[in-house]
Amino acid sequence: MHHSIEIDHLSFSYPDGHAALRQVTMHIQPGEKVALVGPNGAGKSTLILHLNGILTGQGEIRVAGLPVTKPNLGKVRARVGLVFQNPDDQLFSPTVYEDVAFGPLYQGFPPAEVRQRVAEALTVVNMRNYEKRISHHLSAGEKKRIAIATVLSMKPEVLVLDEPTAGLDPRARRSLIQLLQELPLTMLVSTHDMHMVKEIFPRMIIMDEGRIVADGPTDLLMQNEELLCAHGLEKP
Amino acid sequence: MHVHFLDPYRPGQSPIHKLDSRVKFVLTLAFIFAAALTPTGAWAIYILLLALVLGVEVLSELRVGYVLKRAALALPFILAALPIVFTMPGEPRFILSIGPWALTASLPGLERFISIAIKSWVSVQAAIVLASTTEFPDLLMAMRAVRVPRLLVSIFGLMWRYLFVLADEAIRLMRARLSRSGVSDQAGLKPGGSLAWRARVTGGMAGSLFVRAFERSDRIYMAMLARGYDGEARSEPLQALSGASWVVLALSLFTLLALLVFALLFWA
Ligand SMILES: Nc1ncnc2c1ncn2[C@@H]1O[C@H](COP(=O)(O)OP(=O)(O)OP(=O)(O)O)[C@@H](O)[C@H]1O
Ligand SMILES: [Mg+2]
Repeated sequence: MHHSIEIDHLSFSYPDGHAALRQVTMHIQPGEKVALVGPNGAGKSTLILHLNGILTGQGEIRVAGLPVTKPNLGKVRARVGLVFQNPDDQLFSPTVYEDVAFGPLYQGFPPAEVRQRVAEALTVVNMRNYEKRISHHLSAGEKKRIAIATVLSMKPEVLVLDEPTAGLDPRARRSLIQLLQELPLTMLVSTHDMHMVKEIFPRMIIMDEGRIVADGPTDLLMQNEELLCAHGLEKP
Repeated sequence: MHVHFLDPYRPGQSPIHKLDSRVKFVLTLAFIFAAALTPTGAWAIYILLLALVLGVEVLSELRVGYVLKRAALALPFILAALPIVFTMPGEPRFILSIGPWALTASLPGLERFISIAIKSWVSVQAAIVLASTTEFPDLLMAMRAVRVPRLLVSIFGLMWRYLFVLADEAIRLMRARLSRSGVSDQAGLKPGGSLAWRARVTGGMAGSLFVRAFERSDRIYMAMLARGYDGEARSEPLQALSGASWVVLALSLFTLLALLVFALLFWA
């Protein structure tokens, strides 16, 4: 078992020269669930895109025991389930079924298993009847749930979510929180939902301007209103 | 996610970059007209035109090699003029036989073809210098200044903007697919799927791209309506052209005109 996330001295600048990550270091243990918070533009999404090699900066990243380097990308992508902030970035097939089936089909699983995985994943996000629907005609919250299903069907070891609760109605949010609580996976979840952080993430990392400014137990950091306030956050 | 590779603009601080976009636009058009109107076989004038455009390239710090490489894109279009070589009447030069056919190249035909090729080549270079040293919004401003119909200008503007949106959308789709193209550790599985399946996925993506682009244009139109768009493009009044710009414009136009008159007098 080595579904950990280890990031060492990661720096990244966008092609236009904007330095989005500066010397980011974090180590997440197998099975640990960590929240990544910080104001808009802090670099959370940028960091997340590094975890399966979509972006590559300077520094070292190991995910689930594998260095995230070119020859490993296939394996890394099978082990890391990454959900983009914008569900439109995630869904690319005409129908919901095809989108959720893509990951397992690509990995070469037999059709029966693929069908079962799709059914399971859609059930988990309460979208069982949506298989035949056209992805881009769904509402924003529905797209978000399908986006999550597309990685659950891959049965990843590490789950990386970018603002999973944004745009969900209270019931969908509640069931997502429950799901995250129950899944025995290593998780790194970027979010602005401080209530959810308090509820299910024992550890919290605060980013601002491309740097990690705090990393520790959620209870402790949530006490420090000065710190939260300084980085555009609110105590729940 | 943003695309930069489509944009021909190369940032720079050269005098050509700093020249008012309206002056550049008008001069480029004038240059292309002058090249087009120069009579066939006016070789000396062609050399002068080429020297002019090369001079501007050097001034613009674009690297002449870069412009010439881009200009090579125009070559296939020049080939369209090739039949002229064999269809113009005149003194036969050489005979090209392809199987049972024999094509007779005439001297006037050959002259005409080479002239067209050179003229297109220098014109394309001028257009490339313009596009590489002027940001697109400035170019649109220049079009407005010379009274290109507003509707046309706003269509160019939107086209330019949404070309990038579309390319961004395509990059997103590919990124999403890449992100879930994993290779399992489980033994005995062959990753990648069958060729037919991959083709179907790609087809689906192309379809999605089209539908998304279509629907996005719809949403954008609604957003424009919501902000009061009534089909008429409005824009801020233009700034007056500076004295120096007028001088550059007048002198350059005069030079081009002189070249053209000279060419017409001696070669027409
Ligand atoms: N493609 C890009 N090109 C240039 N700069 C970018 C690009 N994408 C993001 N940035 C910049 O990088 C910084 C970090 O962006 P990022 O999307 O990682 O922020 P974030 O923490 O996810 O914010 P949010 O809470 O709004 O999602 C921002 O300042 C942003 O403007
Ligand atoms: Mg983000």
